[in-house]
Amino acid sequence: MNLPKDLRYTKEHEWVRVKGAEAEVGVTDYAQGELGDVVFVELPQVGARVAQMKSFGTIDAVKTVGDLFAPVSGEVVAVNTDLKDDPSLVNQSPYEKGWMIRIKMTNPAETDALLDVNAYEKVLGAHA
Amino acid sequence: MSFVGRSEAERRAMLERIGAKGLEELWAAIPEAFRVRGPLPLDPPLAEYEVARRFDEWAERNADANHYACFLGAGVYDHFIPAAVRSLAARSEFATSYTPYQPEVAQGTLQVIFEYQSMICELTGMEVANASLYDGATACAEAAHLAEGATGRRVVLVSEGLHPHYREVMRTYASAGSFDLREIPLEGGTTSVAAVKRALSPDVAALLWAQPNFEGLIEDGVGLTEAAHAAGAYSAASADPVAMSVLSPPGHDGADIVVGDGQSLGVSMSYGGPLVGFFAIRKKDVRRLPGRLAGVTVDLDGRRGYVLTLQTREQHIRRERATSNICTNQGLMALANTIHLALLGAQGMRDVAVQCLEKAHYLASRAASVPGVSVHHGDTPFFREFVLRLPGPAADFIRAAQAKRILAGVPLSRFDRSRPNELLVAATEKRSKDEMDRYVDALTEWARSQAGARVEETAWRS
Repeated sequence: MNLPKDLRYTKEHEWVRVKGAEAEVGVTDYAQGELGDVVFVELPQVGARVAQMKSFGTIDAVKTVGDLFAPVSGEVVAVNTDLKDDPSLVNQSPYEKGWMIRIKMTNPAETDALLDVNAYEKVLGAHA
Repeated sequence: MSFVGRSEAERRAMLERIGAKGLEELWAAIPEAFRVRGPLPLDPPLAEYEVARRFDEWAERNADANHYACFLGAGVYDHFIPAAVRSLAARSEFATSYTPYQPEVAQGTLQVIFEYQSMICELTGMEVANASLYDGATACAEAAHLAEGATGRRVVLVSEGLHPHYREVMRTYASAGSFDLREIPLEGGTTSVAAVKRALSPDVAALLWAQPNFEGLIEDGVGLTEAAHAAGAYSAASADPVAMSVLSPPGHDGADIVVGDGQSLGVSMSYGGPLVGFFAIRKKDVRRLPGRLAGVTVDLDGRRGYVLTLQTREQHIRRERATSNICTNQGLMALANTIHLALLGAQGMRDVAVQCLEKAHYLASRAASVPGVSVHHGDTPFFREFVLRLPGPAADFIRAAQAKRILAGVPLSRFDRSRPNELLVAATEKRSKDEMDRYVDALTEWARSQAGARVEETAWRS
């Protein structure tokens, strides 16, 4: 399983790539593997406000639907529109082409509450 | 644990767990006046034959549409239902089939739903229809809910031309926090595009209107839809399925959601239910569609097959985050709709609609010639139903007409106490010229008696 060391994680299996005041968000390799073929991703519009650990969208697989949780609070400044035409990008490339939204953080200190790769591995260990 | 029934031991265990001494303690909150002690006050038992006779006697006292000329409407209409509808819909393969979760054993049911959806799309001019909902009223509430989710806005404008009962159901949904309702009063009998424009704001999710409206009048579907769209709101219409055979269906007017009640399509009036709601949308919102959706696909060998599709939106998978808490459909009624539509075909539906239109207009123009009687907003186009303004209480005329085996209409006082002298009258294709002429005769006679009563009253006063 691919778990990049430079990312932060949530126990709900989102990853976060912090770039200055912005945070890029997607779901982890583990999440996409558990969901199976992703058929639809419902994302907010640019300009929407999201709050830490509140749902910002949903992800549909063939047999289930999951909520997507915002790892940090802020304003959505970009949405990956490629997922509309090809939701399977989440399966093929969860950390790159399968990114979902970019959030302009209102409180960058919130990232302190996120997991580093070791802590996230422990979460996954508990699932195994 | 057994699905029904509880043993004495189980009952004791449950009471013990919640700390109650006995069942009496749980019922303590029920006032004595509402408690039944001893046996229920029922008549002694009867033999099967005696019961059947008693029911027959009761049934014969009804003023029903089989023995009376029925001019009732207000959302439920007396259309002809070919005998084949009931005999096919009652086949046990349909009538007893369980919910089609297993497509491999439910192809017949799924194909019916698929055909039903296709017919509703054709009728409404829309792209996707679901497997049906409970009735037109809940379909309207679900339309408001869909628009709220799709736009991220909370306010739903509802024309007062929408059936008062539908608006009541919507208020119930709104009271649960789903959306905020604002009602737009009618102007001159129809929904004013200017009034809608004044009410629209950036927090409006949708405008809900009816075609034709509750009083039978035809709305400006294009004008209302364009106004809603200009403000970024959805246009949602509750449309009559028979009217859509001759009027421009709201889907062709640009509406985003078209709903309505399918009772007119092969479902008997049955004292007002069960009804069946249809629900049609644009493809862009397919993942917000409430309820069930049947799709067609091919199996591994390339053979055609039907399945329930996009089930991840539904309650049985998504639980409390489902697009709607409606996870079933009105299967038998939708089946009746499908058989009815298939039997009549597009031309048959048009023929029915044209007869309704012509008969309602014949009756309205003859009624309007009765002294003291007028057709409310008589210059506005209407379809199968219209409001008569009478020279006295509508309830009086209804009684007088009933004595002549005519069900004269629905009094508007039932919905609005400030309108005691107004009567909502519907004429379907079933009404004969003789029945309509008898209606006008009864109306003439009654109106004359009202005029006489007024003269007497005036004489007494002076």
